[in-house]
Amino acid sequence: MIYLDNQATTACDPAVVAAMMPYFLEEFGNPHSAEHAMGERAADAVARARGHIAALIGAEPREIVLTSGATEANNLAIKGAARQAGTAGPHRIVTVATEHKCVLQTVLDLADEGFEPVVLPVDRNGLLDPDRLRHALRTPTLLVSIMAVNNETGVIQDLAALGAIARQAGALLHSDLAQAAGKIALDVGTMGLHLGSLSAHKLYGPKGIGALYVRRRPRVRLKPLFSGGGQERGLRSGTVPAPLVVGFGEACRLAAIHLASEPARIAGLRAHMARRLEADIPGLIHNNAGAPVVAGNLSLRLPHTNALQVIAGASDICVSTGSACTSAEVAPSHVLTAMGLTRAEAASTLRIGIGRFTSAADIDAAAAALANAHARAMPEHAEA
Amino acid sequence: MDGMLAPRRPLIYLDANATEPLRPQARAAVLAALDAVGNPSSIHAAGRGARRLLEDARSRIAARFGMAAADVVFTSGGTEANALALAGLSGGRRVIIGATEHDAVRAAAPGAAVLPVSRAGAADLSALEQLLAEGPALLCLMMANNETGVLHPIAEAAQLCRRYGALLHVDAVQAAGRMAFTLDGLGADSLALSGHKLGGPPGAGALLLRTGLDVQALIAGGGQERGRRGGTPALPAIAGFAAALDHDQDMAAMAPLRDRAEAAACAAGAIVCGGGARLPNTTCLARPGVRADTQVIALDLAGIAVSAGAACSSGKVARSHVLSAMGLGELAGCAIRVSLPWNATEADVDAFATAYAALPARMAA
Repeated sequence: MIYLDNQATTACDPAVVAAMMPYFLEEFGNPHSAEHAMGERAADAVARARGHIAALIGAEPREIVLTSGATEANNLAIKGAARQAGTAGPHRIVTVATEHKCVLQTVLDLADEGFEPVVLPVDRNGLLDPDRLRHALRTPTLLVSIMAVNNETGVIQDLAALGAIARQAGALLHSDLAQAAGKIALDVGTMGLHLGSLSAHKLYGPKGIGALYVRRRPRVRLKPLFSGGGQERGLRSGTVPAPLVVGFGEACRLAAIHLASEPARIAGLRAHMARRLEADIPGLIHNNAGAPVVAGNLSLRLPHTNALQVIAGASDICVSTGSACTSAEVAPSHVLTAMGLTRAEAASTLRIGIGRFTSAADIDAAAAALANAHARAMPEHAEA
Repeated sequence: MDGMLAPRRPLIYLDANATEPLRPQARAAVLAALDAVGNPSSIHAAGRGARRLLEDARSRIAARFGMAAADVVFTSGGTEANALALAGLSGGRRVIIGATEHDAVRAAAPGAAVLPVSRAGAADLSALEQLLAEGPALLCLMMANNETGVLHPIAEAAQLCRRYGALLHVDAVQAAGRMAFTLDGLGADSLALSGHKLGGPPGAGALLLRTGLDVQALIAGGGQERGRRGGTPALPAIAGFAAALDHDQDMAAMAPLRDRAEAAACAAGAIVCGGGARLPNTTCLARPGVRADTQVIALDLAGIAVSAGAACSSGKVARSHVLSAMGLGELAGCAIRVSLPWNATEADVDAFATAYAALPARMAA
């Protein structure tokens, strides 16, 4: 099996597993049991990990609120900011049509609470036009949520420019950083972010842990999604899962180191994969050709075929049609249709995600298998 | 000290109600799940493998509580499971909570009516009947208290709830894995569970719902958990949770060990808080005139980990609301919780007894 779906989830790095093991086994204390030595040691480990998470995005440890993952962080950021502000001030919440489903759903759900969701379109390359944002923000706006890197196309939004527009308009700026962290350099200060969501399992950490960056100066105030023991400064109740946090911290520490060389290596593999597939599949189209894209991502339209047939025909190769959450759905990708692709074009799209553990041999084998599966999936008339 | 662990000393861990040590079968399941690449929502081979792990865990947990797999909603833990139940089942109903509920429940239901408990710590059923008679309600009652181990009369409370058309949510976080029960056997409508309180890793819990009941998601997402909880499931923690429940250890056999600790402490001047039916691993010991935090620190220096109540956000020791609700007055600030983990030994208990006997008899409280 060759795993090329690193946008959906990544393998846990063996160094991350090794870092977690002591905290699953002998150091299993509850980090909130500060009264005894075992609880203290777990709390120390969580504090060190929080430092690594913060460092990856240029934040302070106190600005990191641990959550169960990016979905929860996105919910906490958007609902939390809206519910804290209430509907006395600006009602408008602006996001983009290509956001992850959990962001779109959260923004749309807030209509029931008296807010005004606005979903902005993107261009054919998946980019948000700054003028569109400026226009939307003529109406006073509470919050703008724009993902840094898209999970289906790998397209990088120009957050520096878009964020400046949001800030000038006096809106809070949230970004889903799940697909960006560990792939491109991030600094919440230079990006001007108020809120940012992270996920461990998208950067070679474990599933079940993530974080929300919440700026402290000036302080961004949120209402928690649910209450309880008041952990994480009252923003996220529940026992902090120390082993998972340690794994997340180690994953962030490693990501910061790998940022120096990993993107270039992965970009080389992607170029090789693209060349192989372009040679074997005439008429292959890159969905994101006109936009900056993170290193590991390919979003390819296969001529005259349904991508699901190609995936089924290359059963040893783990690739996808789009977001994992919706990959079992027959509906076309909302990201690709937002970019102006027809249903048929969206259905012919294959997403390939190259990662840390992908080798050149993997690329050769996968390219051959995919090209072969494509040839077999081609309708008879197209071969003529 | 940065970057390394503080020096370790031999430690006797008697704080299982804060978190249980990982059971060996849970360790194996966590490792296997960490090895599995794949998002359970992906349709390729890796995704299908992850999906099998997830659904196998769901089925095993459901079976353990006599339920259908589809009625198990995975959450990040007990706090989220309780919050999901309270938010999801309370629509149009008055919320009633037990006076000794966990902070997670008390904070999630700020306006709730409070059901008093007896001096022994058990819910007052005649008071419950009066509260239920006031109109449609959602009762949230813990099966076993985290500080005293006292078991509430859940079956009787469930009968009253049925008679008055109320829903019953049971916080079973401390009882699950330590007693055998089913949702139907209790007569409950929902159960909250936490993996790390029963020998799994932290980071996963579940809300079990009577078939036909539904809840609105607190966390919107990509349609996971049948739309009731968004986000990629915490697979390693969930696999460990299910495996930890699959044990055949007779936890009732821990009662003699607990009784031994209790008898030794009483001989040294302790008063046991809470009575009647209790969890077999838990005792709450008050030492009049000695502050709880003083006792906990002294025991910690002797290498024994116990607690002064619930392990929560502050780390500081507040007077226990549980013992106050039981009418224990000043004693509420002088009690420690000793909770034996699944792997406790007689030697652990004897070491505790020795250290407890050496505590100062009386200090300024």
